[in-house]
Amino acid sequence: MMRLMRSVGQNSLTTVAGLGDFATFVSHAVAVVPATRQLGRRWIRAVHEQGVRCVPVVTIVGLFSGLVLGLQGYYVLARFGSAGALGTLVSLTLTRELGPVMAALMIVGQAGSAIAAEIGIHRNSEQIDALTTMGIDPVGYLVTPRLFAALIVFPVLTMAFTLVGLAGGYLSGSVLLGVDPGVYWSAVHSAVRVADVRECLVKALVFGVITIAICCHSGFTTHRRIGVSGSVAVSVSTTRAVVLASIGTLAADYLITSFLV
Amino acid sequence: MIRTTVPSILEVNGLRKQFGEHVVLASVNLVVTRGSIVSVLGRSGTGKSVLLKCLAGLLTPDAGEVRFENGSVNKFRRRCSYLFQANALFDSLTAFENVALPLEQTTRLKRGEIAQAARNALKSLGLDKFADHFPAQLSGGMQKRLALARALVTHPELVLFDEPTAGLDPPARTAVFEMIVQYRREFDFTAVVVTHDVPEALAASDRVALLEEGRIYFEGTPAEFAASGDSVLRSFSNDIIAARTGLDG
Repeated sequence: MMRLMRSVGQNSLTTVAGLGDFATFVSHAVAVVPATRQLGRRWIRAVHEQGVRCVPVVTIVGLFSGLVLGLQGYYVLARFGSAGALGTLVSLTLTRELGPVMAALMIVGQAGSAIAAEIGIHRNSEQIDALTTMGIDPVGYLVTPRLFAALIVFPVLTMAFTLVGLAGGYLSGSVLLGVDPGVYWSAVHSAVRVADVRECLVKALVFGVITIAICCHSGFTTHRRIGVSGSVAVSVSTTRAVVLASIGTLAADYLITSFLV
Repeated sequence: MIRTTVPSILEVNGLRKQFGEHVVLASVNLVVTRGSIVSVLGRSGTGKSVLLKCLAGLLTPDAGEVRFENGSVNKFRRRCSYLFQANALFDSLTAFENVALPLEQTTRLKRGEIAQAARNALKSLGLDKFADHFPAQLSGGMQKRLALARALVTHPELVLFDEPTAGLDPPARTAVFEMIVQYRREFDFTAVVVTHDVPEALAASDRVALLEEGRIYFEGTPAEFAASGDSVLRSFSNDIIAARTGLDG
């Protein structure tokens, strides 16, 4: 019993310490902005790294998500004679929930994992120590531009996902299954309110900051992985980054939805 | 002799560092005079690299202090460079970009001035023709020179060398030490070299120190080291030379 309590206590302390360390890390990344040189240039590179490279995966997944939503939605709504509401179902599902969450998960899988691995390798090969000895703040150099890039990449890609998803819903619902295109687009137009778009963008921004911060932190702390080192530590950091960022996305989604709905 | 006439650039007093229960540095005292090359010798695992990382501010000592000309390590950091054992070059940046990096990030120089300074540093180390090459496209010796070019481009007053000859064959080891001596004259820096290459260190250094059991066991000139009949010094030298002969075949 004592051993169980000790174990729970130790794990709780480790978790709280880890959250504190993460909060300090993110605060440092923001606080170092005024002292960071060439932030704009590195920010543009980070936008390319996170954004442009993720466009194919986000649009392809968005298209198939819309196609499946259109199919499933049509058959369910048709049972109740409400196939005309397909546009409402697809647009609200994508705007309020699926768009931000799926886009975030796709960016984490593509760019977040790459960020964690790259920073992990920087850590392993002493490049982060080298930055420190050169008088360069490694958080400002490696993390800050990526964190700020997420503020533009996530909302833009979420919008792209949603728009392509709507097109996918139109393809399966109207082109394949015969819902009148005018009815479909009219339902989309009347269903989506400004508040829905705002919810979508708020989620995208929050997911962006949380996931990229988790990925950067995981790579940055590669040397702290217990029981592993070298390439295995980088691998563990990358996996950890993707898992924690995915959980973080879904947990944040629940919290934001609870407050905004 | 040097200590009485030349001011010290670096003073280490009672430096202690332990990891868990393992005491790596018990109490290290060391004085480095301006313009000198000081080699810190010691067997593998005696804490030479830990000492160097404490000097560079990469590790925080548990006790003791590191003073640079009566200032703290943080104030001195921009006047100090560190040459890593594995070079720590940015593999996604070209040789030119690697050398330009510290200037871009820590100075207010204009782009043209940075480019000129980086080109000069590369030229000084014979790498001007490889400016567009990535580190992986360079040989081990060239990577070492590139790391040195990056370390010297900011004109540091103190350069810390962590096992600069690790993994190199005997001629390359001698060449690295000759390079340190040559560029010390050219760039006018003070060097602290952590190594276990006894003959090369004795030939190149102004002073040598032996780190043994977490303390500086010996500190003096190479001639004093070579002439000493102390059993620990002799045992260390003999063991290192025997191990090297075995490894080099």
